[in-house]
Amino acid sequence: MSTRATTESPIMRAVLITVALVFLGFFLLLPLLAVFSEALREGAGPFLDALHTPDALAAIRLTLLIAAISVPLNMVFGIAASWAITKFQFPGKALLITLIDLPFSVSPVVSGLIFVLLFGANGLFGAWLAEHDLKIIFAVPGIVLATVFITFPFVARELIPLMLEQGKDDEEAAISLGASGWQTFWHVTLPNIRWGLLYGVLLCNARAMGEFGAVSVVSGHIRGETNTMPLHVEILYNEYDFVGAFAVASLLALLALVTLVAKTVLEWRFGLHAGARH
Amino acid sequence: MIHLRGITKRFGDYPALHGIDLDVAPGEFIALLGPSGSGKTTLLRIIAGLEFQDSGTVLLGGDDVSRTPVADRHVGFVFQHYALFRHMTVADNVAFGLSVRRGKGRLPKAARRARAEELLRLVQLEGLGPRYPGQLSGGQRQRVALARALAIEPRLLLLDEPFGALDAKVRKDLRRWLRDLHKAMGLTSIFVTHDQEEALELADRVVVMNQGRIEQVGAPDAVYMNPETPFVSHFVGETNRLPAPGGEIHFRPHEITLAADGAEALLVDNVFRKGAVWRAEGLLEGSGQFVELDLPSSGDAPQLGQTIRFHPHRARMFNAAGDHTQGETR
Repeated sequence: MSTRATTESPIMRAVLITVALVFLGFFLLLPLLAVFSEALREGAGPFLDALHTPDALAAIRLTLLIAAISVPLNMVFGIAASWAITKFQFPGKALLITLIDLPFSVSPVVSGLIFVLLFGANGLFGAWLAEHDLKIIFAVPGIVLATVFITFPFVARELIPLMLEQGKDDEEAAISLGASGWQTFWHVTLPNIRWGLLYGVLLCNARAMGEFGAVSVVSGHIRGETNTMPLHVEILYNEYDFVGAFAVASLLALLALVTLVAKTVLEWRFGLHAGARH
Repeated sequence: MIHLRGITKRFGDYPALHGIDLDVAPGEFIALLGPSGSGKTTLLRIIAGLEFQDSGTVLLGGDDVSRTPVADRHVGFVFQHYALFRHMTVADNVAFGLSVRRGKGRLPKAARRARAEELLRLVQLEGLGPRYPGQLSGGQRQRVALARALAIEPRLLLLDEPFGALDAKVRKDLRRWLRDLHKAMGLTSIFVTHDQEEALELADRVVVMNQGRIEQVGAPDAVYMNPETPFVSHFVGETNRLPAPGGEIHFRPHEITLAADGAEALLVDNVFRKGAVWRAEGLLEGSGQFVELDLPSSGDAPQLGQTIRFHPHRARMFNAAGDHTQGETR
């Protein structure tokens, strides 16, 4: 009786499932397969050669370097922001919560332009930087800044709901037992948020390596110097080097797959997040 | 032991406490009793140092701790939802307060473990040390939380709704057990509850709170028998109210005498057995006031539609301003 109200007829169900699967296959699976098949079209040799060019290796190195700097930074910023928001009352808290989402709501190109306007040759600090011979735009620091900005929300967005749900009883219990702030953080808070944190870091890392728009604006596309993997893919593609472009792209796609698998394993293993948000 | 003077606290525009004065003697077992929003938990947290008062002073054992943070007050605090560290074993939870200690007071690991084992024995959870909190029942978790709070040898034990999250049977057992433990240890203790039965059963003295003020402080018997305000009369125990010239008369359901010439007549519209007595409910003839009466269950059950004539043999009169004017006996 009551199941009729909540369950669709078998035909309807079959139609819905088919539509969803066709959609997924067409828009997600097919492109993914295309990337790998294009990369391997001329066999494994040219694929590996394409990855072995000095420019490709430099792009891979740079991407790893950018991620190695920006992910730990955002891990620290994300924990600090979530801690402040969930454990304390202070004026401007609502504004801070809104600002955390800013990088998600602003177009990445605009995010990049912000840094050009600030640090570029004609930017706010441009003259001062030139005087002191510091290069930010069209150099690695600019790429790091843009990446940190773009990937800032991932850790904080993961932790804030988790820490709100956990409340501050555990922390209060710890300090009432005589623990210092650091002891409370290391022995109580961090273990409570570790899986959510790992999840946020995974997503942050995937985006840090894959970001194109903002990085493209600040990088200057100097081959072997300021070209990250996504930028390198674009350059090779524009030069009709399809095997090269897809070879590098397949590495990025592989990273995405590894992230997804790791995320699924985490969710399955620890029953994380009834409603994941990204 | 504890002296509170003029404690006030506001949360934004909401006044939580208006000038609380309270003295607690060493070894006393005190209940803070009140409905939600009465400020009882806020007061407990201020005594602990988890919250700070806007004005007023807190003296603990002669020390002014008004601005001392919780970590330096040496009080044991048991949280309503236990707040056990779920990634640590029960033994590590109990020993937490000892293992975070730095400097000369720090015990070696073996001594900490022995102390945890000893405390688990005290709370009758011997052998459960290697388990995790998730593997324990609610009552067991509450006792682990208590053992953890006792591990730091607090000078004061504070419990926030200690039985609130437990089912009725476990609650009753744990209540008796806590009372025995308090008797054995003699540790000054304060617990917060909204359950008057709990307060009356456990406490040496009950502090009845309402809207950020103390309504009455007294032994359970005194608070029940001689409530000083209409709120206490209504909140502690069951009370019937009769309008009277200039105020209200309050009497308990059992404070009546049946009499054929009784001044009041109850038209019974509901009857049920309430433990050892019959409970008859209905409206009074004339005033139409809703009244509950307890009648001895040795007699026949009252019939629906029957009229019971009675008069209160013991009652209290409160004037319109809510002041207690007299304890009237008829």
